[in-house]
Amino acid sequence: MFKQSIKKLFPDRAHQLSFLILAVVLLVGIPLFCDSFRLNMAAKYLSLAFAAVGLVICWGYGGILSLGQAAFWGIGGYCMAAFLKLEAARNIAMEQGSDQIKALTTVGLPDFMDWNQITELPRLWYPFKSFPLTMICLLVVPGLIAYLLGNAIFKRRVNGVYFAIITQALCWLMEILFVTSQGLTGGINGITDLRTCLGWDIQSDSAHNILYFLTALLLLGSILLSKRVLHSKMGKILVAIRDMEDRVRFSGYDVSNFKVFAFAFAAVISAIGGALFSLNVGFMSPKLVTIEPSIYMVIFCALGGRRSLIGAVYGTLIVCLGRTFLSEKFPELWMFIMGGIFILTTVVCSDGLAGLVEQYGSRLWNFIKKYTRIDVLLAKISPRLTLSKEQS
Amino acid sequence: MQGFAGLSQFSVFLLMALGLAIIFGQMKVINMAHGEFLTAGAYTTVVISDLVTKYCPSLLPYYFIFAIIMAFVVAFLLGYLVEFMLVRHLYHRALDTLLATWGVSMIMQQGFRFIFGGREDSAILPEWLMGSWSPTDTIDIPLNGLFLLGTSIVMTLLVAFLMHRSRWGLNVRATVQNREMANAVGINTKKVDRVTFALGCGIAGIAGAVFTTIGSVSPAAGSLYIVDTFIVVVFGGAGSLLGTVLAAFSIAQSQSILEFFLSGVLAKVWVLAIVVGILMIKPQGLIANRVRK
Amino acid sequence: MNIESKVRNRALAGKLGAACLLSAALNAAAADDWKNPVLDKYPTAAVATSGISVGDNYVTVGQLHSISGTMAISETGSVEAERLAIKQINDMGGVLGRKIKIIQEDGASDWPTFAEKAKKLLVQDKVASVFGCWTSASRKAVLPIFEKENGMLYYPTFYEGLEASKNVIYTGQEATQQILWGLDWAYAQGCRTFYLIGSDYIWPRTSNKIARRHIEEHLKGCKVVGEDYYPLGHTSFGSLINKVKLKKPDCIYSIVVGGSNVSWYKQLHAAGITGESLAKKNKLLLTISTTEDEILGIGGENCEGFYACMKYFQSLGNENNVKFVEAFKDMWGDDSVIGDVTQAAYLGPWLWKATVEKAGSFDIDNVATASEDVEFTGAPEGYVRIADNHHLWSKARIGKMLKNGQFEMIAESDELIEPNPFPEGYK
Repeated sequence: MFKQSIKKLFPDRAHQLSFLILAVVLLVGIPLFCDSFRLNMAAKYLSLAFAAVGLVICWGYGGILSLGQAAFWGIGGYCMAAFLKLEAARNIAMEQGSDQIKALTTVGLPDFMDWNQITELPRLWYPFKSFPLTMICLLVVPGLIAYLLGNAIFKRRVNGVYFAIITQALCWLMEILFVTSQGLTGGINGITDLRTCLGWDIQSDSAHNILYFLTALLLLGSILLSKRVLHSKMGKILVAIRDMEDRVRFSGYDVSNFKVFAFAFAAVISAIGGALFSLNVGFMSPKLVTIEPSIYMVIFCALGGRRSLIGAVYGTLIVCLGRTFLSEKFPELWMFIMGGIFILTTVVCSDGLAGLVEQYGSRLWNFIKKYTRIDVLLAKISPRLTLSKEQS
Repeated sequence: MQGFAGLSQFSVFLLMALGLAIIFGQMKVINMAHGEFLTAGAYTTVVISDLVTKYCPSLLPYYFIFAIIMAFVVAFLLGYLVEFMLVRHLYHRALDTLLATWGVSMIMQQGFRFIFGGREDSAILPEWLMGSWSPTDTIDIPLNGLFLLGTSIVMTLLVAFLMHRSRWGLNVRATVQNREMANAVGINTKKVDRVTFALGCGIAGIAGAVFTTIGSVSPAAGSLYIVDTFIVVVFGGAGSLLGTVLAAFSIAQSQSILEFFLSGVLAKVWVLAIVVGILMIKPQGLIANRVRK
Repeated sequence: MNIESKVRNRALAGKLGAACLLSAALNAAAADDWKNPVLDKYPTAAVATSGISVGDNYVTVGQLHSISGTMAISETGSVEAERLAIKQINDMGGVLGRKIKIIQEDGASDWPTFAEKAKKLLVQDKVASVFGCWTSASRKAVLPIFEKENGMLYYPTFYEGLEASKNVIYTGQEATQQILWGLDWAYAQGCRTFYLIGSDYIWPRTSNKIARRHIEEHLKGCKVVGEDYYPLGHTSFGSLINKVKLKKPDCIYSIVVGGSNVSWYKQLHAAGITGESLAKKNKLLLTISTTEDEILGIGGENCEGFYACMKYFQSLGNENNVKFVEAFKDMWGDDSVIGDVTQAAYLGPWLWKATVEKAGSFDIDNVATASEDVEFTGAPEGYVRIADNHHLWSKARIGKMLKNGQFEMIAESDELIEPNPFPEGYK
């Protein structure tokens, strides 16, 4: 049973190995070399990687380029942030005599609402009083929006370019709405000052470490889930649609349903990432819900290789690390480098890092095999892993 | 009065969209760097205006016409370069042009910042563009707005003439409809592509030059317009010049009318929502090219 | 407008990043061969007990502004002013005999980046204080970190108020300081109807809220005839101008910020609303957001004759300011302009120095408690004093915009105005 399911997820050893390496890098490598400050940064990057993983499914496999992925990611983030903010507001209400309490007219209401003359909690915020409801919201709302939107668009056979532009417009629309409805969303400041989650201080070092592992594990989990979807019949049809939509349609499939599913699935995965971002970073801002981060997410995915779930994670890590370190040293050069990456990954190697590995990886592997006995070693450590290869 | 506020917005949209309608509508290239060509044109104007004030202030009243031409030339050359180095490799991958040109736009923006610094800049307006024309006591129509409107009408007519009445336009349309066939009858399609792309960029450059009369220039100025412009082109129906004009007009007018009754932000939200809504019902845009797939 | 100055300014903005790195290196070098003359009186073990980065001859501070991205334009002036103040303090012998070393981080106009860098400064570099932030959003993003890690932030921008923290000293004006007195002035000029205009974010909205209350409840016979907000970066104000013309307010009260400013004033000018034309009808335009920095981009001819209410203008004639302007131009080029926020940023390091010397300690807790009543007599704006809520007592002034991009001060409050970040009855 276990072997079966592994086989289903990983068609060959290369896939198994790359997933294992990623798991080792995330769960052992990064925590080993980072203090809790850097680990928290890594967690922030990984929560962006969720969106890239979602894009692999809907863009790499489904051929639907969504330029509004940050919107879904952001909805997840805002749901989580709303829950945490309400909790923070309750905490302040408990803390008698603090400075902040003097500032509030309605105790127990998020501070930004108070500044906007809102005296009781808006209806829209009711679900965020309870943790389970918040969880449901942050998964269901993005999925539902994506489903409705996808249904409206794909049923009319709008092609990819138009879809990209429409999603972009919607993403922009959402940003404007988030910025302008200050009483509900905190406006351009976003929802800030999130300190505890269910009574647990999320700003402490130990919490940062735990949250990092939670993020990494959930990310690995989403990759596995995505692999499961892609290796099912569903995934095969998605690929077929991407390559020759009309032929699939003529074979009797309702193409739009598959596309809608891919789009909604990607939205849900992204939203998980957004929620983790709020937890890790302690605030949510409309700057993260706009067109620019959406395009960054696409480039994470493109750099990693648009058809590689694992590549998407590396793509995210590379771009984010580059941004952090290069922007410390050469803020001016960074934009040029970033632009260069965009151009290179689309013109020269459109399959990104994964493409490079695929092209040169087997040669490298053979080279390593020749001089070391690593394959024998691996086979000893984990006979299960080599199993599927022998069968295939 | 209020109608005129919409008209000047319409002119900005139209000038931006014209270039894009050629590039996106005809060539199916998603040029995200279109806004940066506008910025390039605007900076050209600023530089020329600075030079003129410094070396021969007496020419100040006339320099603007020259600046418009130079803005076109600069943007045209930049566009030519970008097509040659980048876009021509991507003709069969529309979505990839989007990413690659986004990269170009980042590089161009940073380039502007590098050369001109980050501050807001503006060109010095010749006297004849300042002030307003007031036929009656309650109406004043800003002269720069009139100039903007005039330029956009002239440019639209020029482009329409080029596309539908000139030999070159014929070549472009032939290339778009059937590349192999066009090649076969002796059209140098590569050259047509390059010039078409560069022309689209050049028009954006003109838009930039004219734009300095109502706003300022900063490295990121162009990126403010890019989404709006794409929406105009898509809404109008890609490939249809008339559609672009209609879309620019209806979006600009409805926005400015809504702005009058609602707040500026809400107006924007409503217009965007309505346009996206209409696009979902009618994905081909206002005027569809009747081409069977 | 002076063309050479524009060109110079561009080059300056471009080179600022490199210049900062260079001067940081110089700072460090200067500290190394410096002997602390008062080390006996203030031994390191006594002045820094909480693990912050203080040595026998140096103390480390952080500077956190956007050097890249859209906000870089606005924040450049603050970076320059803080650099100048720190250089002057170092030339005078430093703080408690210790020379100041600067660690600069780039917030890149991105709020999460601000939070990340703030944490780095506090946790990794253990700086004794941070001078930085500009937008409210960036301050809101770093505030929890400063409170959690116990740091000290000197924040230079005029802002919406509704905040007071042990870990922040606000060297700009909070909303009521800037607004109430200015509106009273406009009332005295005969304004009875007001049109409130702003960019769409918290500072203009909160400010206008306070303004509306004040107009409707405290100014006799006055009313607000319109209130409008436009997205940041908006460039076409045609409809708004038409609305304003229709309502014919006595006072156009404008809080438009950033790049929108240029379009706003240019289009006003083109539509025939100028300082002169308003004055003829005994009307005026009053802004609290346009400083000398913005006018540089707008062009003096487009906003000549409009009024601004803030606490500082470059053209102030007092002795402190003359010296400050001269030193600033010496360091950053003859063509620099200095706006209100730039001056407020200059106050930061000086107030910190005064506070540390009063407390005899660099420790954050001591600095925070000692801050109340610290005064700075050498401030370019005149005398300032820190209030118990960590804001500054300061004057309010009305300036009239001139064609050359400067202000002419035409009115000044008699007394220092008390900072009141949580105004009763205005919330």
